[in-house]
Amino acid sequence: MDAIEVNDLTKRFNSKDSVAAVDHLSFRVAEGEIFGLLGPNGAGKTTLIKILTTLLKPTSGMATVAGFDVRREKNRVRESIGIVFQEPALDWRLTGRENLDFHARMYGITRGEREKRIEEALKLVELEDKADIMTDKYSSGMKRRLEIARGFIHDPKVLFLDEPTLGLDTQTRRRIWDYIKDVNARERVTIVLTTHQMDEADYLCDRVGIMDHGKIIALDTPRNLKDLISSDLVSLELNMEGSSNDVEVFKSLDFVTEFREHNGFVTLKMERADLRIPAIMEVAKRAGIEILSVNLRKPSLEDVFLHFTGRRIRE
Amino acid sequence: MGISWQAIYVLWLREMKGMWRAKSRVIGSLGMPMFFLAFLGLGFGGASIPGMPAGLQYIEYLTPGIIGMSMLFSSVFAGISVLWDKEFGFLKEVMVAPVSRLSLVLGRTAGGSTVALMQGIMVLFLSTLLGFKIAGVVPVIVALLFMCLISVTFVGLGLVFASVMRDMHGFPLIMNFVVFPTFLLSGALFPIGALPSWLIPVCYLDPLTYGVDGLRGVLLGAGASDFSILLNFMVISAISIGMVSVGSFLFERTEVER
Repeated sequence: MDAIEVNDLTKRFNSKDSVAAVDHLSFRVAEGEIFGLLGPNGAGKTTLIKILTTLLKPTSGMATVAGFDVRREKNRVRESIGIVFQEPALDWRLTGRENLDFHARMYGITRGEREKRIEEALKLVELEDKADIMTDKYSSGMKRRLEIARGFIHDPKVLFLDEPTLGLDTQTRRRIWDYIKDVNARERVTIVLTTHQMDEADYLCDRVGIMDHGKIIALDTPRNLKDLISSDLVSLELNMEGSSNDVEVFKSLDFVTEFREHNGFVTLKMERADLRIPAIMEVAKRAGIEILSVNLRKPSLEDVFLHFTGRRIRE
Repeated sequence: MGISWQAIYVLWLREMKGMWRAKSRVIGSLGMPMFFLAFLGLGFGGASIPGMPAGLQYIEYLTPGIIGMSMLFSSVFAGISVLWDKEFGFLKEVMVAPVSRLSLVLGRTAGGSTVALMQGIMVLFLSTLLGFKIAGVVPVIVALLFMCLISVTFVGLGLVFASVMRDMHGFPLIMNFVVFPTFLLSGALFPIGALPSWLIPVCYLDPLTYGVDGLRGVLLGAGASDFSILLNFMVISAISIGMVSVGSFLFERTEVER
């Protein structure tokens, strides 16, 4: 059985609205998978999560989570899921431990079991020594860690993480990533996360669905998605005030298989770019184009997004 | 879907912890009822109030009204403060829990009512310092029952408002146009019989009228109330059940956010 099955799911906030926040989506998530929804802000990721977690009603279509219909079997869905919301959802008048205790009781976990699981969860996210202070004294990284602990304390089948590392510093992000991998491996829980950060999706996810305007425009493993752009990429930063900006000359190079121009950057696709850079420099020099910097790289999910939408993700 | 006692208990427990950690605020909120009691009691102590039962001091007449007032205010506020949970994100955590919406409403009502009840009890005992005489243990126990019903009714009303309001911005409006008229028309300060006849039916629609009148009958003797204690009890019981039902019906339909 799939952990999640979504069929032709649509959400419109306003019946007169022609734009759907989630637009006839269909996909499946297998059990035990870490599944990522990658896309810019406003792509519909959070709306989709809210529908799957019973916080919003879909306009049409159907979705099941752990085999239960999100519309008709809300309570069964709620029993089967854990959630870490985008904004903190802690009670600041309670300590970390009390927040976990509140949660465990709401999910009907018995006393002995409760204490054991709270202890384990605190240990996993390394908050044992901060467990008894009020959560309004927590840093945002600590809050997120506590929420991740809370998300799996009742042993859910599917754990939803909405932008789990948004607004956190690099070091904390790394730690959160490790906790997520740990939880996935240890508890065999299916994880669905949303992110607009390419490296996050790349590092964590078994499969990634790229979302834009309420639709999934590509869905595969990060590796396969990147293989769609098999060649190397060379980005040139040009001096736009330079003597010439006739970037068309790069097209005339026979080894360039694809050409994109973007805000003073030119991206060229080719095989064995390491051998081609001298020739590119030569052409630029002859055309009078001033190159400020050169960047050679293997394709990333960012390039995949660009490939499908013609836009960068942060715009 | 059934009732989850564990969920009701933990929602109540959360409210108790919140109250305990904000002790000073709870005690501070006794200021207004005590000033009302002290200064209205002093100011009108010698006046002859039209329609007031014979043989009663004004402070005696006033005390049940002020108990009702302080419980009205803190109950409505406790109900509406669900909107604070929404603001701080915690409501989502509550709404995705696998418990019936009725359990959520009951837990919230239990917590808010307990806080209001504590305040009512404190006002009752502080009023003895101002000359109010408590007639015995039994009247106090029956009075507590009435106080429970008053607080459940108005926590329920607060929850109804919370489920149709987007945020806390509408709160002053509710205070001015719902809570204050409810207080002033309940007979808390003066007998409603003194009002023009066209206004009296409005007083009879006010749930607090039956709460305050019931408290008066219980604490001061049957001669002090307009209606019989039993009638007051039945009316306010029915209203409190109705309020909680409407509250949980509206909660069932709520989408946490858009």
